[in-house]
Amino acid sequence: MRRIFIFTLFFIISLSNLNLAYSISPDVFIQSTVNRASQVLSKNISKDEKINQLKIIAKETVDIKGVGFYSLGSARKNLNDEQKNTYSNLFENYFLKSFSSRLAEYTNPEIEVKSKEILNDKYTIVRSVLIATTNRPEINIDWRVYTKNPDNPLIRDLIIEGLSLARTQKEEFASILNSNDGNIIALFKTLKEFSTK
Amino acid sequence: MIKFLKIIFLLIFLTTNAVAGSDGNLELSNKSKSTKDCFEPLNRATFALNQGLDKAILKPVAKGYRSLPAPIKKGTGNVLNNLSTLITIPNNVLQGDIKLAAINTGRLVVNTTLGILGIFDPASEMGFPKYVKEDYGQTLGAWGVGPGCYLVLPVLGPSTIRDTAGMFVNVMGGDPYYNISVNGNNEYLDGELFAITKMLEGVNFRANNIESLDNLEKNSVDFYASVKSLYTQDRENKIKNIQRGNIEVIYKEDEGWEEIDTK
Repeated sequence: MRRIFIFTLFFIISLSNLNLAYSISPDVFIQSTVNRASQVLSKNISKDEKINQLKIIAKETVDIKGVGFYSLGSARKNLNDEQKNTYSNLFENYFLKSFSSRLAEYTNPEIEVKSKEILNDKYTIVRSVLIATTNRPEINIDWRVYTKNPDNPLIRDLIIEGLSLARTQKEEFASILNSNDGNIIALFKTLKEFSTK
Repeated sequence: MIKFLKIIFLLIFLTTNAVAGSDGNLELSNKSKSTKDCFEPLNRATFALNQGLDKAILKPVAKGYRSLPAPIKKGTGNVLNNLSTLITIPNNVLQGDIKLAAINTGRLVVNTTLGILGIFDPASEMGFPKYVKEDYGQTLGAWGVGPGCYLVLPVLGPSTIRDTAGMFVNVMGGDPYYNISVNGNNEYLDGELFAITKMLEGVNFRANNIESLDNLEKNSVDFYASVKSLYTQDRENKIKNIQRGNIEVIYKEDEGWEEIDTK
């Protein structure tokens, strides 16, 4: 009986340690992500190669599906499952192209994580700065990290000098939908055209 | 003193009556809401006109300006900042921030004298806190006036009913530099110099944002909507003064994320 108890205790401790070992703090996650991106951007490779490598990092670290549905605003409630799937695929292609080509313009950006603020059990804001160069001043960048699964934190928004990229995206999509009487097909068409241009 | 009282009267008048031409949603509220685009077709046409002017005139001029030696650009930026404190100080007072008004007055005096008309910024080197601009549109916002409809002004670019009303306060006595140069009777300053200063402000802003605006345009599916969103977010932040440490406001108000749960 004593042996079983010790074994069970050992098993529980091992499990909890295992859990701790895999859980990653949002600020460490962001610093390691920006370090990875920075390494890619400082490599002596073509812009297209950089874009491809940045896309891999984005797929692993950004909650693209979540950002996509947030960007759709209240319109997501009117979609059927098939439309949701179509939208998710189109949004992923659009996002990866837009995000990686925006980032590829920078060469060797140096980002330093400063602090973090836990908003609730789902979200933590990680605060960082893009270090100033001779051509531009220091820029504050905050990251909204989705921490519902602490073992696998994911980025949901970038807030650059107080300007949220996800909110900008959401208002851009809302504008397209408003101009087309709320027709989701028009948004699908726009996303497809952007991804293939 | 009489002029200052006139400005306060004008602002109170605007607080209660600037809603003319609004969408009727200018209630006194600090909660951020999407700014309505009541004049969207006209705004888009003006935006297209401004983009044409930008490509033909402003962007090439801004590129030329950027090729100037760094000390000249720095000095120009400092002079423009120093002039803007003339508008910031009364707005600090109107927002009840007397301490900051005193600090900015000190900054103005130091930079205008020791800094040779603001070309240099000795105040920052002496440890004055980071300068944050304020204007009458922000004061109206801080008093609880909502933005009203979104407006794209020819040449001047994005604005709102409230911010345009705020701009009118400048030319109705709220900007001491305007009063002295345009309405004043002196041999050193005139309306032409005032206009040049305002143009330089535009060129300086454009020169500082060439890559970011190009990048935004290239990667937007609706550039007009992106600019509108960024403008309205920036104004909301400035009204809440998030640069001075109230940054958590923007995150705690955002409810849209709460509904997203894909896991």
